[in-house]
Amino acid sequence: MTGAAVQISHLSKRYSDFVAVDDVSLDVAPGEFVTLLGLSGSGKTTTLMAVAGFVDLDAGRIAIDGRDIAGLPPEKRDLGVVFQNYALFPHLNVFENVAFPLRMRKWTQPAIEKAIGRVLDIVSLGHLATRRIAELSGGQQQRVALARALVFEPPVLLMDEPLGALDRSLRDQLQTEIKRIQRDLGVTVLYVTHDQEEALALSDRIAVMAEGKICQLATPDEIYENPASAFVAGFVGESNFIDVTMRGQDGPLATVAPTGIPGALFTATTSRAAAPAQAQAVMAIRPEALRLAALQDTPPCNAIPGRVALREFMGATVRLTIDTELGPMIVRDGRVSEAARFKAGDTVRLSWNERDALLFPPR
Amino acid sequence: MTKGLGNGILSGATGLLCLFLIMPTLIVAPISFTQTDFITFPPRGFSGRWYEAFFERPEWYGSLITSTMVAVVTTLLATLLGSMIALGLARLPRRANRLVSFFFLLPMIVPTIITAAALYSPFAKLGLVATVPGLVLAHTILALPFVVINVSAVAQSMDWRMVNAARSLGATPLVAFLRVTLPVLAPGIAAGAIFAFLTSFDEVVVALFVSGSGATTLPVQMWSGIRFEISPIVAAASCLLLVVSCLLLALFWFLKRK
Repeated sequence: MTGAAVQISHLSKRYSDFVAVDDVSLDVAPGEFVTLLGLSGSGKTTTLMAVAGFVDLDAGRIAIDGRDIAGLPPEKRDLGVVFQNYALFPHLNVFENVAFPLRMRKWTQPAIEKAIGRVLDIVSLGHLATRRIAELSGGQQQRVALARALVFEPPVLLMDEPLGALDRSLRDQLQTEIKRIQRDLGVTVLYVTHDQEEALALSDRIAVMAEGKICQLATPDEIYENPASAFVAGFVGESNFIDVTMRGQDGPLATVAPTGIPGALFTATTSRAAAPAQAQAVMAIRPEALRLAALQDTPPCNAIPGRVALREFMGATVRLTIDTELGPMIVRDGRVSEAARFKAGDTVRLSWNERDALLFPPR
Repeated sequence: MTKGLGNGILSGATGLLCLFLIMPTLIVAPISFTQTDFITFPPRGFSGRWYEAFFERPEWYGSLITSTMVAVVTTLLATLLGSMIALGLARLPRRANRLVSFFFLLPMIVPTIITAAALYSPFAKLGLVATVPGLVLAHTILALPFVVINVSAVAQSMDWRMVNAARSLGATPLVAFLRVTLPVLAPGIAAGAIFAFLTSFDEVVVALFVSGSGATTLPVQMWSGIRFEISPIVAAASCLLLVVSCLLLALFWFLKRK
């Protein structure tokens, strides 16, 4: 089984007065894992279901390895689909669920048994073939859905929030497994989720979606380190946002005045993806890019005083909420870091590197 | 101590209520085995002569055949129509669903005597009175809500993504319906069919209006039997009705457990 290329061009879908998908284009390379990440209503599921053939498009073209499939009914598209809540057939056992696509393709019984033996081994369910669906745990049902979508060796696998109904630890485990299976089989995956951690961990590339459009399409690292907009900076990972006025610019570096503190000046970096055009801008700083120190130390530039309002111990990291003149700021640092020593009520100095303060057009 | 007393009272009351509910059955069954020529309680002797009589007299076994025929055709018709209605309802938005459902449940809410009186005159004009098709049509109206309720209960809790899953796996819309939708709805359809059969099989009010010399159902025959003969044959017929109903209900519980 080798993956196929998926080309989505200028996809649009409107429901009476609501634009679900607005001119979305996306090229997925063979064997690539691409995630559509967005909130509900962002158009991610509609886009996926359009590729699967369940949405009548207003405009656009969908091609698999160059072959246009937009006019084909779902049963002729030959794509594996894993649905939200799995959509397993409750009246059939595990074996017959997985055999369904093969029976539709009129495979012989020996060929079916061989293929199912193989695919159930891949998802580690070989011992449960005769079980009824109602007797399986959520994680096992998820594996059956995956096996059923993979057994006929489709070149592309579409997955709609496949881990949405599972608890955290099971999700992490299945996440790793999905990634391993995808690598081993070389299948192209188009994946939909609202969970940014899932998207960051699984994807070769992520398409962040909002209001029916793709806001940014890039690798997980690139999206985290160089978000294309203030929205992406806030949606993928946490960010502290500070409203500022642009005062001067020198290459990528800019001098800005925070709206909240009269007279103060900071230096920041204009983002490569979207430099603010007007005087008003928003500065985004990741919680782990903020440093905490005792207030009496010599003040560097790009620093403000504050008071620790809340200290949350997260295990590997500590998350502190600092009240400042710019509003509450979130700081995250390692369990044994300097920042972790501060307690609620301590007065502190917050500082950051100009490289870590990104400027965006206001939201 | 108080708790024990309370439990005792509750058990006693429950027992009395059960006895009250089962009383007609407890009376009719022994009566049907009496040796006497008329209905007496307590019955005297023990014989199966009234069951023999039932299957010897054409007006009695004929009515059983008519009833069975009417009930079977009604069941087929009501199950087909009712299932299609339920499938349609399941795809409507919630508010439209409630409104339209109400219409299909009307025959259950409207007093049967009104349905019977209303049907009589048009049926008379169309020559449907005292015919099997007339009885089937009338009973289908009454049986339809039971099918709609039972199939809707399953259809509305069904995950319709299953149908999309079947399509994505290579099934045409028809194959997806036959291989997925129908088997998943089957328990609801079976339950609806059983209730439709029972509704028609022991229906008397509408049948009194619509049946006649050409087509008399068992309940109507029993009604005239008790008015003109008072013979224990009515008790024997009651027992037969009871056995059929119980068997069908047992089947229903069996299907439900599966």
